[in-house]
This record gives sequence, structure tokens and C-alpha cells, in this order.
Amino acid sequence: MMYSEKEIWSILEEVEDPEIPIINVVEMGIVRGVKINEENVEVTITPTYSGCPAMKTIEDDIAEILREKKIGNFHIKTVLSPAWTTDWMTDVAKEKLRSTGIAPPEQTSGDKGLLMGKVRDVSCPRCRSKNTQLISQFGTTACKALYKCNDCLDPFDYFKCI
Amino acid sequence: MTNDQLFEYTVRLADNALILGQRLSEWCGHGPVLEEDIALTNTALDQLGQATNLFKFAAELEGKGRDEDQLAFLRDVTEYKNILLVELPNGDYANTIARQFFYSTYYYLFLRELSKSKHEFLSAFAEKSLKEVKYHWQHSSDWVKRMGDGTEESHTRIQKAINFLWEYTGEMFMMDAIDQAALEAGYGVDNTALKNEWNNIISAILNEATLEMPADGWFHKGGKIGRHSEHMGFILAEMQFLQKTYPGAKW
Ligand SMILES: [Zn+2]
Repeated sequence: MMYSEKEIWSILEEVEDPEIPIINVVEMGIVRGVKINEENVEVTITPTYSGCPAMKTIEDDIAEILREKKIGNFHIKTVLSPAWTTDWMTDVAKEKLRSTGIAPPEQTSGDKGLLMGKVRDVSCPRCRSKNTQLISQFGTTACKALYKCNDCLDPFDYFKCI
Repeated sequence: MTNDQLFEYTVRLADNALILGQRLSEWCGHGPVLEEDIALTNTALDQLGQATNLFKFAAELEGKGRDEDQLAFLRDVTEYKNILLVELPNGDYANTIARQFFYSTYYYLFLRELSKSKHEFLSAFAEKSLKEVKYHWQHSSDWVKRMGDGTEESHTRIQKAINFLWEYTGEMFMMDAIDQAALEAGYGVDNTALKNEWNNIISAILNEATLEMPADGWFHKGGKIGRHSEHMGFILAEMQFLQKTYPGAKW
């Protein structure tokens, strides 16, 4: 094998998340593992949501970049457990989200208030005001909720915690 | 638990997710407001994703070369094992929300227990899906409160939906030989044990919504063993149209 596992991780950082291209699939926490068994590379990925329509594209994009790097012998495995959580998104990824106008997840998935409808203050990605309002728990993609800023009056997407 | 029983257990879960997802997706482009259109189609997408995961696993168990699409789209009506509640027509928005509220409350409790399953796939599936269902529950229970404590019209409609659907909630808590085998194997969930907690949650939300909780009486059943209402054939006619007209069609 001409690459180390570490090198393959950095190759995978070139694969964009199809829905939020500013973030790559490693930062997003979608790539769970890279294993080299002699001449074979096994990449483990996990979906953000069960019905995430981007998974097929992500798999194809990973396959494409591996072939581009002359890695012909690979296997991409999808696992459901441990279940993807917003806690796995790196701080860099969260800052990138904010810079593109999407408020990053504010609480950890372990917060108990979630089921009982308690939502922590979400700050506006534009003016940073905490005076914001939930419009809908469901937004433009499965992973986002819709908010409105009461100060700058802009509507914005919030990457909700799971 | 035999392999056939585990297949059957999985298909029931998959069919609930598939048929509810199909029903919810009928709202696509018809939601009362844009946000709700998006909310229900997102919920439908989660259900369809969960159904896909379950059908993939069921197909492996069966080992007859059928894949998840064949299981989803090419069976006959009596081979579908979803409960009757999820196949009922959407009705008005209150009816759709009440059905979602009853089902999501049950499904949340069910998945919470299933995540402790000794079966590797079932527990992984439950752990994953639980996170999504939390949001379905929150969305539907918020709307029950808004409609119940809203205008006279919305109050009347949601109460009517709750009364009508109540007779379909009993099937969620029934146990038969397959459920029993799954439970004994340490794989499945004791449905009857969920009823108390379900009642408590439903009663608390209805109370907050100024709505009346119906009394338990006679309950419809049959979907789990493939005896469906007349609505099921119509769902399949629409859902299977493409696969039956153009066999093997792919994107
Ligand atoms: Zn703002």
C-alpha cells in the first residue's frame, strides 16, 4: 500500500459534504474509520440521518477520489452504530457553518431538555444576537431547523442537535 | 427465535415506517403552510430512511436474493404487516397531526426499549432512529397543543381526530407469538409494558391542550398479520405503480 492510514484520512478531507460543501466529510464526522488490511482499504462511514439523501453521493465521491489516488482496492462500509451526533462536528466545522450563515449546534446531544421541548438560545450567525426565535424544527435539509433573528430580522438555518 | 420470525418482526417495523412515510409524503406540496409542508416531508424522509435500513436487514435475513426495493415495492397487500393506524388516510391536518402524535409517542418509547436489544442490528437501528423520532414527537405534540388551545374550529377538529383515531391505538400495544418470541430472545420489546407511560404522556399533553382523552374500549387490529383496511390497496396502487409498470426501473 502506497499510503498510510493517516494519509488516507487527509485524502478524504478533500471530499465535500454535498449539502454544505464548505465542510468536508471528515470534519462533519461522517467518516468513522480508515483501515488498511495489506492491499485493501476499508473506509467506514455513517449517515447523519437515516434518510439522508446525500449518502449515496458521499459514497460515490469517496470512491472517486480513492480511484483518482490510484487506490483500486477499497471497500466502503456503512454503519448505524454508534449513531452520528452533532457532538462529532469539529470546532473548525462549526465556525465554517457560522461563516456561511448557518448557526452551529449549541447544545450537546446528551442534554435532557430536548424531548421536553426546551431549546437553548441559538445565536444569530450574522449579528450574534441571542434574541432569536424558532420558526420550525424542520428546515431546508433533514439536519436543519428554521430560525428568525428578532434583532436583524434575518431568517437563518440552525444545525440542530442530534 | 427462528430466522423466519425475526424476518417477520423486522418487516413489521419496516412496513410501519414505509407506510407512514408514504402517507406523510402525500402532504408534499399540499401542506397548510410552507413550514409544515417541509416538516412533514422531513418526517416522511426519516421514516423512509428507517424503512430502507430495516428492509436491507430483512433482505439479508431472508437470503432469497430480494433487495430492499423489492421488499418495499413488490409485495402483495396481505404481505404488508404495518399496523392499521399508519395506513389511515391523512384526513385534515388535525387528523394527520393526531395520528403522528399517537404514533411518535409510542415509537419513541418503543425505540428507547429496542435500543437495549441484544440484537446488534436492532439496537443500532433503534439508537439511530430514536434521535429522529424525538423531533417528530416534539413537532406533533406542539401542534396538538396549538390546535387544542387555539380557536374553536381548531379545537373541535383536533378533538374529533383524537376521538376517531383512538380505536386504532390499541394495536400498538398488542403482543402476538412473534412479538413474544422476540421478547424471549432478548431482541424485541414488550409492547404491553409501554401502554402506561404512553397514557401518561398523551394525557399530560392533551390536558395542556385543553382536550379530552377518550376512554379505552374496543380496538381495531389486523394489520400486523396482514389483514388491512380498504385503504391499503389504494396506497399500494400509488406506491407500486412505477415499479409494476416499469419493472426494475432505477434512478
Ligand atoms: Zn441577527
